[in-house]
Amino acid sequence: MFVPSITNPVGDFVREWVPKLAEYLPASIQSDTLNSIVAFLINAVICVIAVCLVNIGSAPILIYMERKVCAHVQCRLGPMRLGWHGTIQTIADVLKMLFKEVYAPAGVDKFVFFLAPLVVLIAPFMVAALIPFGENLVVADIDMGIPLIIAINGFGVLAILLGGWSSNNKYSLLGALRSGAQMISYEISFALVLLFVVMVAGSTNLMAITQTQSGTVFDWWIFKAPVLGFIAFIMFFITSTAEMNRAPFDIAEAEQELTGGYHTEYNGTPFAMFYLAEYIALVTNSSLAVTCFLGGFHAPCIGIAAVDGILTMVPGVVWFFAKVFFMIWCYMMVRWTFVRPRVDQLMSFEWKFLLPLNLLLLVAGAAYVALVG
Amino acid sequence: MSMTQLPPGFKIIRDENSEAYSDEFFVNMGPQHPSTHGALRLAIRMDGETIVELVPHHGYIHRGMEKQAESMSYLQYIPMSDRQDYLTAIQNNLGVVLAYEKGMNIGVPLRQEYIRVMLQELGRIASHLVFFGCFGGDLGGQTCLLFGFKEREMIHDILEEVTGSRLTTNFFRPGGSRFDVPDTFIPRVKAFLEHLESTMKDYERFLSKNVIVRERSIGIGVLSKEDAIAYGCSGPVLRASGVNFDVRKNNPYSIYSQLEFDVPVAYNGDCYDRYNVRIAEIHESMRILRQCIDKFPTEGPWRSKEKPVKLNPGRYYSEIETAKGLYGTYVVAASGDKPYRIHTRGPSFPHIGVLNKMVQGLTVSDLVTIMATLDPVIPEIDR
Repeated sequence: MFVPSITNPVGDFVREWVPKLAEYLPASIQSDTLNSIVAFLINAVICVIAVCLVNIGSAPILIYMERKVCAHVQCRLGPMRLGWHGTIQTIADVLKMLFKEVYAPAGVDKFVFFLAPLVVLIAPFMVAALIPFGENLVVADIDMGIPLIIAINGFGVLAILLGGWSSNNKYSLLGALRSGAQMISYEISFALVLLFVVMVAGSTNLMAITQTQSGTVFDWWIFKAPVLGFIAFIMFFITSTAEMNRAPFDIAEAEQELTGGYHTEYNGTPFAMFYLAEYIALVTNSSLAVTCFLGGFHAPCIGIAAVDGILTMVPGVVWFFAKVFFMIWCYMMVRWTFVRPRVDQLMSFEWKFLLPLNLLLLVAGAAYVALVG
Repeated sequence: MSMTQLPPGFKIIRDENSEAYSDEFFVNMGPQHPSTHGALRLAIRMDGETIVELVPHHGYIHRGMEKQAESMSYLQYIPMSDRQDYLTAIQNNLGVVLAYEKGMNIGVPLRQEYIRVMLQELGRIASHLVFFGCFGGDLGGQTCLLFGFKEREMIHDILEEVTGSRLTTNFFRPGGSRFDVPDTFIPRVKAFLEHLESTMKDYERFLSKNVIVRERSIGIGVLSKEDAIAYGCSGPVLRASGVNFDVRKNNPYSIYSQLEFDVPVAYNGDCYDRYNVRIAEIHESMRILRQCIDKFPTEGPWRSKEKPVKLNPGRYYSEIETAKGLYGTYVVAASGDKPYRIHTRGPSFPHIGVLNKMVQGLTVSDLVTIMATLDPVIPEIDR
C-alpha cells in the first residue's frame, strides 16, 4: 500500500516513535502498514496546523507592518494607542471583523457569494505547503513544485470572478472582470519567469532549486546568472505584484474608481477572508521570490570564513523569514509610492513589453545554460 | 426619481441585430463615492468600461444660502461664504467684502491690502496643495494625499493664528478685517515659504515626472479653448486650455496691479496641463508672497476708521480670482441693513457642466482623473 512520506524533522520524529508506541498494542493488530498510516495522519495534522499557523499568524503581523510602513512613508505615526506602539490594534480590528453580522445584500447569489471567500483562501494556503522554509522544513517536498504553484495560482482569479459576479453590483462586476483579464495575462509572465528559474536551476523541485543556491551570496540566482538573474527578479517582482492585485496594480479594487471592486459588497468575516488571502498571498509570493532568487534558507555568506561562520550559526528558517520580510517590505514600499495605471495600460504593458521581454529572457537563459551551466 | 431608474433623456441601446452589438448599462457614481469629492451624483451611461454619456446631478447639500442671505444682515453673510468653497474660504470672504465695499464706498489702508493679498495667496497655495493631494490620491497614490495635506496644515496653522480658525476663516470685513495680523505673521510666512520651496521640489519629482502619472493624464480629458469659453470655465481649467485670463491681471482688485507675477498658461487642455498650471500657480503665489513680505508696511492703520453696516441702495458686483477660478458676488442693496438679493457665481459649477464633453469615449479611470483635475468643491456648486 502506498503511503506518502512527509519529510520534516517532526515527521521523522513521529515515524520513529509511532512503531515504538505501537508495541504496547496487542500483537494481532500490529502491522507496518498501520504504523505508517498512523504516522502519516499524525504528520498531516501537524503539517496542516503548521501551515495555518504560518499563514494566519503572519496576517496580523503583516497588517500591522503595512500600517506602520504606510504611515511612516506618509509622515504619520500609524496606530499608537492600543498596546505598545499600537501592536494590539490589528487584533482588535480582527475581532471587530469577526463579530460583525454576516450579511448579504438583496439580489445576490448567496451560494456563490459565500463560496468566493472560501475559494480565495485555497491558492495561498496550498502554495505555502510547497515552500521549503528550512533545511528539512517543508510540508510537501514534491518534484512538480513550480508547475503546481503555477496551476494553483489560477484559483485566485476564480474567487475574484465568483465574488464580483455574485455581488449583484456593477462596480463589483467591473472590478472582477478587470481582475480576470489582469490576472490571466500576468499569469503568463509569472509562469515564464519561474520557467527561467527552472531552466537555470535544472529542477522544478523547490528544495532542489534552493540547494543549487548554497554557498555565498553570489550563488543566489539573482546574482549567479549575470544580469539575467536580476532582470528575472525584477520581472518576478512586477508580475507577482499584479498577481496579488496589490497596488499599484490593484485595478480590481481601485478604491477611487470602483469603491472597492470585487469586494465592495462584502463585510464581516467574508471580507476578512479576502483581506487575509491578500496578505497570505504576500507571504507566499515573497517566499517564492526568496526560494527562487534569494537563496531560500541559506545564510547570506560573503566568502570570508570568519563572517560566514557566524552567519551560518543562525538557523536557516530565521534567514528565510528575514528575507521574506525584506521582500514584503519592498512590496509595501512600492505600494505606497506609485500611482495606479489604467487597466488598458496595464494590459498593454504585459502583452507588449513584459511578455516579449520574458521570451527573450528565456532564450538568453537557454544560452546561459548551454554556455556556462 | 429612484436611484435605479434611468435619468430622463437616457436611452439604453440594445439592438442585438445590428452588427455593432452594444450592451450599454447605467451606473450611478455617487452621491457616496470616493472620487466625487463630496455629495455629487454622476449618472453614467456606459458601454463596457467606456463612458457614452454622463449627467451630473447636484443639490444633495443645497442649503439655500442665497435665500438665507436675504434674512441676514450684510455682515452675517460673510461666514456663509466660507461654507461655499471651504478650500478657498478666505478668498470667498474677500469676494463678498469687495462687493460690500463698493456699496459702502470705502477703501482700506495699505497694510490691510497687503494682509489681504498675502492671505489670498496663502489660501491659493492651500487649495492647490489639496488639489495636488487629491490628484495623486485619485490616481491611486494614497501617499500623495497625505503629502499635499501636510503642507496645507502649516498654512492652516498660520491662518489659525491670524484669523482664529483654520478652515472657515470669516476674516475680512468691509473696510478691514476682524483683527490685525500678529507680529509673528511675517516670520512664519517666511519660514513656511522656505520650507515649501524645498518640499515642492520633492513633490513635483513625485508626480510631475512619474511615468504612470504622465501616461494617465497626458491627452486625457481634453477641453478645447472654444468649449472652455462657451461653458464659462475659469481659473486654472480655462488657463490650461490656452486662454490667458486671470482676474488678478485682467480686472485687478486690491494691490495685484502693483505686484509682479506671471499667469501660467498651457495649451493642450488635458489633465496634465491642468495639473501643471496649478503647480506653476503655487510658484507664482510664492513669488507674490515674497514681494509682499519685502514691502509689508510695519506701521500704519490696518483698517479704515468708519465701520459701516449698510450698503447704499444699488447693484454691486465684484469678481476675484480664487484658486478654483472666477468667484463673482452680485449684491442688490435696497434700504435697510439686509441685502435684497445676493447671488454668487462660483467657479466649480461650470466645470462640472463641461464634464460630459470631456469624458465621452473614455473610461471610469479617466473620469476620476478628470474630476480630480477639475478640482470641484460640491458645497460651492450646491450652495
